[in-house]
Amino acid sequence: MNPLPAEEFVHKCTTACAGCTSSLSLRYILKAAGPDTVLVVPACCTAVLQGVYPATAMNVTVYNIAFAAAAATASGMAAAFRRAGRATNVICYAGDGGTVDIGIQALSGALERGTDFLYICYDNEAYGNTGMQRSGATPIGAITTTTPGGKTDAKKDIDRIVAAHSIPYMATACAAYPQDLYAKVKKALSIPGPKFIHLLSPCPPGWRYSAERSVEVGKLAVKTGLWMLYEREHGELRINPVSKAAMKRPAPVEEYLKVQGRFKGISDQAKGALVAAMEQNHRRLLAEEAGTC
Amino acid sequence: MLTIATGNKAVAAAAKEARPGVIAAYPITPQTEIVEQLATYVAEGSLDADYVPVESEHSAMAACIGASAAGARTFTATSSHGLLYMHEMLHWAAGARTPVVMANVNRALGPGWNTWAEHTDAFSQRDTGWLQVFVATVQEAYDATLMAFRIAEDERVLLPVMVNLDGFALSHITQSLETVDVGDFIPPFHLPHAIDIAHPRGYGTLTPPDIYFKFRWDMERSMRASREVIAETEAEFARRFGRLWGPTEDYRCEDADVVVVALGTLGKEAEVAVDKLREEGVKAGSMRLRWFRPFPILDLAGREVVVIDRDYSFGFGGVMAHSIRSTTGVEPYSVIAGLGGQEVTYDDIAQFVRQREVGREFWFGVSD
Amino acid sequence: MFEIRIHSRGGQGGVTAAKLIAQAAFHDGRCATAFPFYGAERRGAPVVSFVRISDQPIKVYSQIRNPDMVIVLDASVMDSTDVLAGLKEGGAVLINTAQPPAIEGHPVHAVDLTGIALAQNLVVAGSPILNTPVLGALARLGLVSKESALAAIAETFSDPRNATVANTAYEETKL
Repeated sequence: MNPLPAEEFVHKCTTACAGCTSSLSLRYILKAAGPDTVLVVPACCTAVLQGVYPATAMNVTVYNIAFAAAAATASGMAAAFRRAGRATNVICYAGDGGTVDIGIQALSGALERGTDFLYICYDNEAYGNTGMQRSGATPIGAITTTTPGGKTDAKKDIDRIVAAHSIPYMATACAAYPQDLYAKVKKALSIPGPKFIHLLSPCPPGWRYSAERSVEVGKLAVKTGLWMLYEREHGELRINPVSKAAMKRPAPVEEYLKVQGRFKGISDQAKGALVAAMEQNHRRLLAEEAGTC
Repeated sequence: MLTIATGNKAVAAAAKEARPGVIAAYPITPQTEIVEQLATYVAEGSLDADYVPVESEHSAMAACIGASAAGARTFTATSSHGLLYMHEMLHWAAGARTPVVMANVNRALGPGWNTWAEHTDAFSQRDTGWLQVFVATVQEAYDATLMAFRIAEDERVLLPVMVNLDGFALSHITQSLETVDVGDFIPPFHLPHAIDIAHPRGYGTLTPPDIYFKFRWDMERSMRASREVIAETEAEFARRFGRLWGPTEDYRCEDADVVVVALGTLGKEAEVAVDKLREEGVKAGSMRLRWFRPFPILDLAGREVVVIDRDYSFGFGGVMAHSIRSTTGVEPYSVIAGLGGQEVTYDDIAQFVRQREVGREFWFGVSD
Repeated sequence: MFEIRIHSRGGQGGVTAAKLIAQAAFHDGRCATAFPFYGAERRGAPVVSFVRISDQPIKVYSQIRNPDMVIVLDASVMDSTDVLAGLKEGGAVLINTAQPPAIEGHPVHAVDLTGIALAQNLVVAGSPILNTPVLGALARLGLVSKESALAAIAETFSDPRNATVANTAYEETKL
């Protein structure tokens, strides 16, 4: 274990739910980023959990902006900072809805035009701030308030969409692996240009498990191989050892599903689709790592 | 320097003179020439700015907000659907007190597609907290753009400013233009609430009902204060550069019995109509409104008023007619003309005056 | 106020011609505006642009309905467009052609602008340049001074052949 900086940028007065992993992750992200950082936050849980004016739980500048606008705001901000000769980290911290749905156009634009920023999508696989409605990132079979019978469509593969922009650095991470997240944020911020981290953020109220099980659920996501940890630096893919192990000796998918109320009564068909998508993801990543794709 | 230019080129030249640090823009007819010109200035090195080629107008305004918050002077330009696509971010820019300056080349809204002049695009943004000025000549487009930066960035204002010019009618017309050496007319950009890494703050944090309205009141207080700032800025501009602009441009109004009120190029064409009417013995005058937000304080008491609206609020009426009625108490003859570039000549305007019926609404070209 | 309507095809430089005329008039110390009529026209389609010249500031933005003069940069548009529509009685017509057509009631000035441009091989993107020679023709007709015409051309184009063709057109235009 690497010793992490003691300095805290997320104080213990957020209004986050018990067991919230996005606020937990933010703590590590900001430890990695340090004080010369602006967090650009669109509508999402983080817009609310940072506190109520005039108080804030955050000890870095947080710029709140409209739902679809995070990445574009970062483009302007990064341009202004660089002009002023400042190396300030511009980090978008956006939920899955603000990334894969309403914010995807601005994200794609910022990635394409080479904005010097880090975009972190914390993915709890639904619109958490509005009470868990389906998003494009919701996995098939998951119950949300707008998919009461379970989602019938597959999770949008934002990573492949981002990868198609050929940015210098992108990675996946999981809130249950904070050291890995810390290291990836550190590396991302050392590279100029657009960077992207897709962070799986288990969500007790949304996923319907008890608050103390967040880390366990996150680890299960990785150990089943459903959530793959990797990074892609200048096109070079590196799969985390834990995910390599999961591909060889995966924990049963059922273990991940059964601890979450959102998958209660999931159909065999949906479960089959989840597993098929997972296996296809493994094949793609392995082929890419082997240089055969 | 005396030269010739189109309305678009004049706006670009003024924006360049203001030395913005960040320009974020997206092309749309008939504005495109402005951002092409600015991109060219940046590419050739005559303007030291970052041109951020965004993928939409929503992102253009978002990028301007981000850049402004980070301490850079920002400029953008749009038209019509681009302005509408920005709508959310227009509210945000004003609420965030980012003094963005934007040219809006007024154009009608679809469907069907129409790229010609209309003011409904800008009027649809009237409650966003932006100052809005409407210009009628290439020179005025230049002057108003320069002044917009000084007004927006004044600490008593700190609200964004929209410079409106009629699509094609003004954006693409070639007229003479006298450019100026702006000198220190526009002070260096200073945003008192710019992001300061040494003093981290939350911007736009969740704001509860017992506080939120205070921010709104502060915007209105600044909007009211902007009248004085505009007047000061226009006076200073006149002192330095010799051209005086005001809330309205009045033409032969002193002894007028009937006043034509219009915006943009129609307001200029109306002056020709006034001359024609005067030859017929009609004591007509023209009052071209320049500022729409803040809405000017007008004295129209004791006169008949013909308001030409190049816009419409469905189920309500012409926006200008209602604005005049509600702010002056004068009941106008409301003419709806020039929508989507509908040709309106000085003869037509003279006829509106001749046929005026106080309290009535008349749609030009609609027979029933 | 003197009003000119220019007929051409998209890509032939009619819009630039209008600007050049305004610029030359401006050098003569007069007021001028130039503007195109914008429709959905694309390259090759008939297009119209306008010039107003006056000794007083010009406040009129509406289109020119009764021009004092019509310029036809491409005679083929006359097959599909009534270029004389609204032309004032006795208003002149300047046509780019080697074979002047007879037009009743209007003085016709025929100049082979295309031939003049081709003689100098002044061709851009496959189209002979017409907007600089036409300025020479208009100078000959007294609309703008020759000095101002050449000044406007020099401010707009770096290729010296533009002045050459303007001079040639000036010489070849008959009053």
